[in-house]
Amino acid sequence: MNGKNRRADFSGRAMTWLTGGTLAFNLVTVAGLLALLVWHGGGAFWPRPIVLVALTDGTSVMGEVHDREEIPQERGAAPASRIKLKVGNRDLGGAEFRWLDESLIASLTRPPDAVVAERMEWGNLYGFVTATAEDGTLTVKTAGGEEKAVPKGAVVRLVRPNALTLAGKLGVYAARLREFLLDDPRESNTEGGIFPAIFGTVMMVFLMSFAVLPLGVLAALYLREYARQGLMVRIVRIAVNNLAGVPSIVFGVFGLGFFVYTVGGSIDRLFFADQLPAPTFGTGGILWAALTLALLTVPVVIVATEEGLAAVPRGVREGSLALGATKVETIVKVVLPAAAPGILTGMILAMARAAGEVAPLMIVGMVKLAPALPVDGTAPFVHLERKFMHLGFHIFDVGFQSPNVEATKPLVFATALLLIAVVTVVNLAAITLRNRLRRKYTTSAV
Amino acid sequence: MIDHPILTVDRLSLWYGKSRALHDITLHVPEKKITAFIGPSGCGKSTLLRCFNRMNDLVDGVRTEGTIQFEGQSIHDPQLDVNALRSRIGMVFQKSNPFPKSIYENVAFGCRIQGINRKRDLDPVVERSLKSAALWDEVKDRLHESALGLSGGQQQRLCIARAIAVEPEVILLDEPCSALDPIATAKVEELMLDLKSRYTLVIVTHNMQQATRVSDFTAFLYLGSLVEYDETQKLFINPAKKQTEDYITGRFG
Repeated sequence: MNGKNRRADFSGRAMTWLTGGTLAFNLVTVAGLLALLVWHGGGAFWPRPIVLVALTDGTSVMGEVHDREEIPQERGAAPASRIKLKVGNRDLGGAEFRWLDESLIASLTRPPDAVVAERMEWGNLYGFVTATAEDGTLTVKTAGGEEKAVPKGAVVRLVRPNALTLAGKLGVYAARLREFLLDDPRESNTEGGIFPAIFGTVMMVFLMSFAVLPLGVLAALYLREYARQGLMVRIVRIAVNNLAGVPSIVFGVFGLGFFVYTVGGSIDRLFFADQLPAPTFGTGGILWAALTLALLTVPVVIVATEEGLAAVPRGVREGSLALGATKVETIVKVVLPAAAPGILTGMILAMARAAGEVAPLMIVGMVKLAPALPVDGTAPFVHLERKFMHLGFHIFDVGFQSPNVEATKPLVFATALLLIAVVTVVNLAAITLRNRLRRKYTTSAV
Repeated sequence: MIDHPILTVDRLSLWYGKSRALHDITLHVPEKKITAFIGPSGCGKSTLLRCFNRMNDLVDGVRTEGTIQFEGQSIHDPQLDVNALRSRIGMVFQKSNPFPKSIYENVAFGCRIQGINRKRDLDPVVERSLKSAALWDEVKDRLHESALGLSGGQQQRLCIARAIAVEPEVILLDEPCSALDPIATAKVEELMLDLKSRYTLVIVTHNMQQATRVSDFTAFLYLGSLVEYDETQKLFINPAKKQTEDYITGRFG
């Protein structure tokens, strides 16, 4: 008796620890991920001090310290380190980064008048401003002694980080953040902003939502309200659930074959024949990408809607019919409003999935650089055939396809953070809407 | 016996698939009276009630024979609009089933279905219906709050108000008090007696005291057949059939 109790007690406590510990591990992992992104991504825009390094061989270099690591030594030797210096000045020196052994460094200072000129081309220029011409052209002398004339229009921002107060640094931070969020990319996406990618992602997700909502809801209505429940419906339901597990790239291939070549090609032949052979709709574009993702996410919406419909009590439907409402009126006026929170839950899941999906988009219209937004001031204002940029692909592109991978590493984190932020904002909006609907239609669990 | 039948049932039989639920039922429901259907569970009384507004159509595999006439017209007439029939024969269910909408919208629902959407037309209907259902005083300050926040008894009276709002001629009540406490039950019974002056009521009940308290006529059904149908007083005090006597005295059922 006693032993039995102890065993039950032990396994109960052990299970509590096991399950609770697993949850804690998951939470810590997610928190760690977010912290990493916030630290690297959020810190990317903070103005770093410029150091002037005099080397023992008499030369000197200037730049920002980005990293420091121990040099592996033989056993017993004195420990040594090296620093990674972002020296910029790509047009003068070549490499953007240099590793410097600390043993070769004679002195390390932070001259207050050191400037970093963020330029439209060639990246950062580190040096000292020696002269300012009347037209605004700056003459910058580098640590190596070379002089470089920089026209005024070529400078995005001129910062003296060593002389900045905290408020000044915050100002620079805000300005860089604004540039990142609202400007176009420069220098093959390694600099500038990512506004087209944010815009493309959000617009694509909303287009997808408009397509997937009627598709999913109508299909679920048929399955739940009209179809005779039987073997066929069960098979269809299983197929729909399996559709959610099809690899997304397969949907991309389908989108390319069906939407782009077949539908888009037909549209071109019918309406844009004068432009052929240059395709208008017969090539990847934001509309085809949105429709492809709509197909990808439609199972989620169907399943959630079906569950929402099934949760509407039979009595409520009968009550409506008994008042003389037709079946359609009952569905539109009673059943769908009552199922709306469930439908919105499905939409939230679909939008979150669509916002994060990259693979299928790569073959149906997403591109590395598309500064022309799908919405602009020239008629017809909305250009659904245009290619677009996407945050998810931007992360990949900036991180691994960039000509300057080292320099763009912080942007990878910042973009990832932003992608999470966009998904969170979209989800929060949908969740708020759902909760308002829930409050409207239910106040107690009856 | 019955001067003005509003519903005439003639040799009605009903099958759910292969099992027969009603056997050759013939009865007349009098106008502006309360008629009660009693009998043990599964005797077909709810099924019979749901024939009157053709709610059984919603069940797969239902087949009927015989006729039901409502004011002289067969309700199975293919020309007849089922939805119009249902707006003339209202129904209140065993489990209160308010829509997940506001109290006001619950009552206005039937009117909106009929295309009455203007507020100045709806307001008086809602007020009158809620007053008829003896609910107005309890909810007049929160008409636009969710109906699901009401108590069980209030919800059931709201369902009655909702049925009244479309001005039906007959109201079918399917065990309307089975989920209510005695006080709420008393209120609903009082309400039924009030409504009798304007509507024909047909009530299914398990509770024989309730049948004696409110009804004018009582039908006793057993295993899908109508055993006895008479004035309530007569049926309970002096039943003609042994089976009826056994049931109402509690010897079986």
